[in-house]
Amino acid sequence: MSAASAHLEQLPRSLQFTLGLGAVALAAFPFIGVDGQDYYIQMLSQMMILAIFAMSLDLLQGVTGLVSLGHAAFFGLAGYALAFITPDTGPVSLWWSLPLAAAGAGLAALVIGFFVVRTHGIYFIMVTMAFAQMIFYLFFDNKSLGGSDGIYVNFKPSTAIAGLTGGAELFDLENKVTFFYFTFVVLLLVYGFLRRVLFSPFGRTLAGIRVNEHRMRAMGYGTMWYKLTAFTLAGALAGVAGYLWAAQTGFVNPELLGFHLSAHAIMMVILGGMGNFAGAIVGAFAFEYLMHVFKDVTKHWQLLMGSFIVLVVILAPRGLLGLGQSLLNRMGNRAATAPAGAEERKQHV
Amino acid sequence: MDFANFLIQMLNGLQYGLLLFMLAAGLTLIFGIMGVVNLAHGSFYMLGAYMAWSLSAQFGSLFLAIVVGAALSVVLGLALEWALFRHFYKRDHLDQVLLTFGLIYIFEEVRSLLWGDDVHAVQMPEMLNWSIPLTDTLSYPVYRLVMSGICILLAIGLYLLISKTRLGMKIRAGAFNRDMTEALGINIRLIHAVVFALGVGLAAVAGMIAAPISSVYPSMGGSVLIMCFVVVVIGGIGSVRGALISALLVGLVDTFGKVLVPQVAGMLVYMLMAAVLLYKPEGLFKQ
Repeated sequence: MSAASAHLEQLPRSLQFTLGLGAVALAAFPFIGVDGQDYYIQMLSQMMILAIFAMSLDLLQGVTGLVSLGHAAFFGLAGYALAFITPDTGPVSLWWSLPLAAAGAGLAALVIGFFVVRTHGIYFIMVTMAFAQMIFYLFFDNKSLGGSDGIYVNFKPSTAIAGLTGGAELFDLENKVTFFYFTFVVLLLVYGFLRRVLFSPFGRTLAGIRVNEHRMRAMGYGTMWYKLTAFTLAGALAGVAGYLWAAQTGFVNPELLGFHLSAHAIMMVILGGMGNFAGAIVGAFAFEYLMHVFKDVTKHWQLLMGSFIVLVVILAPRGLLGLGQSLLNRMGNRAATAPAGAEERKQHV
Repeated sequence: MDFANFLIQMLNGLQYGLLLFMLAAGLTLIFGIMGVVNLAHGSFYMLGAYMAWSLSAQFGSLFLAIVVGAALSVVLGLALEWALFRHFYKRDHLDQVLLTFGLIYIFEEVRSLLWGDDVHAVQMPEMLNWSIPLTDTLSYPVYRLVMSGICILLAIGLYLLISKTRLGMKIRAGAFNRDMTEALGINIRLIHAVVFALGVGLAAVAGMIAAPISSVYPSMGGSVLIMCFVVVVIGGIGSVRGALISALLVGLVDTFGKVLVPQVAGMLVYMLMAAVLLYKPEGLFKQ
């Protein structure tokens, strides 16, 4: 698999329909009475948050072709930002803390990106990992920043708007179901936004950079600035996810910044299928679910996880959606994929 | 800082740098010649250290443990190359990153199954367990000097191998143009296997000789891997000479940093890397 062949941008209609059904099922889940409802709602909320994280990485990896092993740094930074600005006495307002945390993560991405996007290929992978580990050690080694123990987020953000509601919450994030739906809405908003970006001139330029950066430069595009913008935007969106994670779990620690989480995110994006943001969502859910299953099966779950990763890389390089697409192709669903094929062909001219 | 202290820190920095070089050389060779990025390189270091611990307990001698361990790790390297890595030379870097990341998990569990999760100390050989006095109050451990000596010998050996032997000539030819080399009748697959095994062996031996000093613990692979990456990025991928110079640089900067400015010592090396990247995004030396 090469990053250039992520032809998953337009999925065949039947796959789109199935994914839509999945979204509806997800939205309806809290109304189905299952045993241990609370636990599953929390688990699904976490999966949705990771899906947002995976989508932000997909912008970098699937669309622009930049493989970052340090993306979790921005996820973690926003989480820590929430932890720092939430006072011990009461909650902080969602409406300014979320944009602030995301902007902070974006700013960090801008600074790091400035050094990092001038490198290519394997260097890019290595330096993103190195910078992210630097941030990890910054938090791990410093007691004032929480150290290896981490920091608690004492209160979930409040949604009250002083002028309008006079102190009452618009919706109560302490309620697990409300939080679930809030996350769901954010997920849909981020997905919609990223799909718009994908097919905007900016997004098309990023895809062009992925396919052949030299040609883009020859055509006059300042590719470094496009890559930097993509890196910053992806960092800010990862920050949104990180903020939600901190709000949901109430706790941040340096592991949220580490390269293990970054590698998990890469795995999620690949597992689902790169370049199409729905793939990132599918991959995040599948990966998290599998991790839960493996952890339940044995203490030595890492062996299963590692073997699974190896198998996926060898057997299913275009991920689950890619498998789905090839399956449909073979079942004669060519009419639905022809427009996508024509669109890709136009791009290669 | 008086001269004796300075000398001690200098020796420490050089010793750390030389150890990093052994790891970085393997990583940069494997990447330069086969184009494979190997995140599991740190795992070989860890496996070497644990091997040293268990083998030296069995044989009663660290020296024998290192010899046997080196042989075992070469065999492991050959087996891994044949089973997995050989199929990934032509694949995307992304696939290689994921594959080797999966391998990290697998190696962690293998280590856990074989040797458990505890931290262990490895006995230093009695013969080397003394210190050279430098002043009335300060002395320097001989074992560290021996470590540096072994690394220097291996570095010289590597240099001689690559530039003065026929095998080295074939390796360089294979790095330069794989297909032409194969067309000339040279068994490039064997060359790749040898280089890979060499890289694994160097990493494992590094872990083995470092074991008495750093003790043996589960996450030792990860922390050394990141330093190794920094060294390779600064030195330039594919350049062994660059790896040596940048390893020494990183070793000295890190050691003196911890002594002189402990608050930012952890970040110093990364700032160095950032500075190098601003001027030379491809590292100090080209292949």
